Amino acid sequence: MRQIIIIGSGPAGFTAAIYAARANLKPLLIASSVEAGGELMNTTEVENYPGFPDGIQGPELMSKMQEQAERFGTEVVYDDVTELELSGDTKTITLGSGEKHEALSVIFATGSAYRKLGLDDEERLSGRGVSWCATCDGFFFKEKTIAVIGGGDSAMEEATFLTRFASKVYVVHRKDTLRASKIMQERAFANPKIEFLWNSQVVGITGTDAVDGLVLRNTVSGDETLLPLGGIFVAIGNDPRTHLVHTKLDLTPEGTIAVAGRSSKTSQTGVFAAGDVIDPTYRQAVTAAASGTVAALDAEHYLASLPENLLASAGEPALA
Amino acid sequence: MSARAVTDVTFDQEVINNEKTVLVDFWAEWCGPCRAVSPILDQIASENADKLDIVKLNVDDFPALAAKYQITSIPAMKVFQKGEVVKTVIGAKPKVALEKDLAAYLA
Repeated sequence: MRQIIIIGSGPAGFTAAIYAARANLKPLLIASSVEAGGELMNTTEVENYPGFPDGIQGPELMSKMQEQAERFGTEVVYDDVTELELSGDTKTITLGSGEKHEALSVIFATGSAYRKLGLDDEERLSGRGVSWCATCDGFFFKEKTIAVIGGGDSAMEEATFLTRFASKVYVVHRKDTLRASKIMQERAFANPKIEFLWNSQVVGITGTDAVDGLVLRNTVSGDETLLPLGGIFVAIGNDPRTHLVHTKLDLTPEGTIAVAGRSSKTSQTGVFAAGDVIDPTYRQAVTAAASGTVAALDAEHYLASLPENLLASAGEPALA
Repeated sequence: MSARAVTDVTFDQEVINNEKTVLVDFWAEWCGPCRAVSPILDQIASENADKLDIVKLNVDDFPALAAKYQITSIPAMKVFQKGEVVKTVIGAKPKVALEKDLAAYLA
């Protein structure tokens, strides 16, 4: 049994691990088998993380966070949680390998997943011109006309990045203003390869074997038009990744895990949550990191309040 | 046994004319999810060496083959039997999920 297990390996998970490890709680961090490092692994330059005035590549930032967490004794496992038992004093976590781990406290920092458009042809044409990862797939759209759907920072970043490959990038947005930060907007506006299609809702994706167009509905006039193109990148936001705890923890109306006030305390004693999975609003690397700190401090406080005999049972980290 | 690299020169021999079922992992150095799924494919390869060959094709080095197989997202894992693509799996997935997708070729 352990004192603490952290689920998730983005900025929230690794920052929680740094704090927990420095508090000598010997955390085990479940990093996921294929998504270790979280969303920043699929970004390029991160320009708004304090301490890196020249910017830093997303994957490099994550590998530095991991290094820092491991330096103080965090143990990292590359596997996925398949089952969670969160009630009672002892929490049990089952991994894809079948291995079970027990702990007195859990920090849940599973982040969020790309939101889908929810159109019939989206799944069918996924990997055939519909993509969620510009850094992975931009390469295949050299000299093509493509579209990025969305109006936030990630949509602007993807559109700007994709102009390295594509001959033309449309940014398709439902509204007539962007949610993206000013600097990202201005960069996109200044790029001669980017054209904005405002008040445009995607109502269909066309193509038999591969994407060949988008059906757009103008949200003002109601007119529908077909935009021929070779690929689309969906960047319309993220949904908190809560499927493991749907029936186990209280959620908010926005779908995030409910926490008490400014703390990380969930509806289950000894279970804390941090990062995008509790945050429907800000969702930045640095806010996730801060949230990981809050969770580690809350968990530390909780562990200190437990009776001696319980803590003694978590003296040595071991398999359940 | 880890997945070996194929090239445009060895593709016909290693994939198209292979008697065994072959999974080709289309990947690139700059693709994070490709790097994440690579050790999982190595594991599946070594655990199923008698049933399935797993090879890797670098799309940066061999763009013509990537274009021929209409790759637009990586990692793209294509299963070949008798020179024909019989199954495509797109995106990095945990081992259990990949094994489920490939169950028909691992039995």
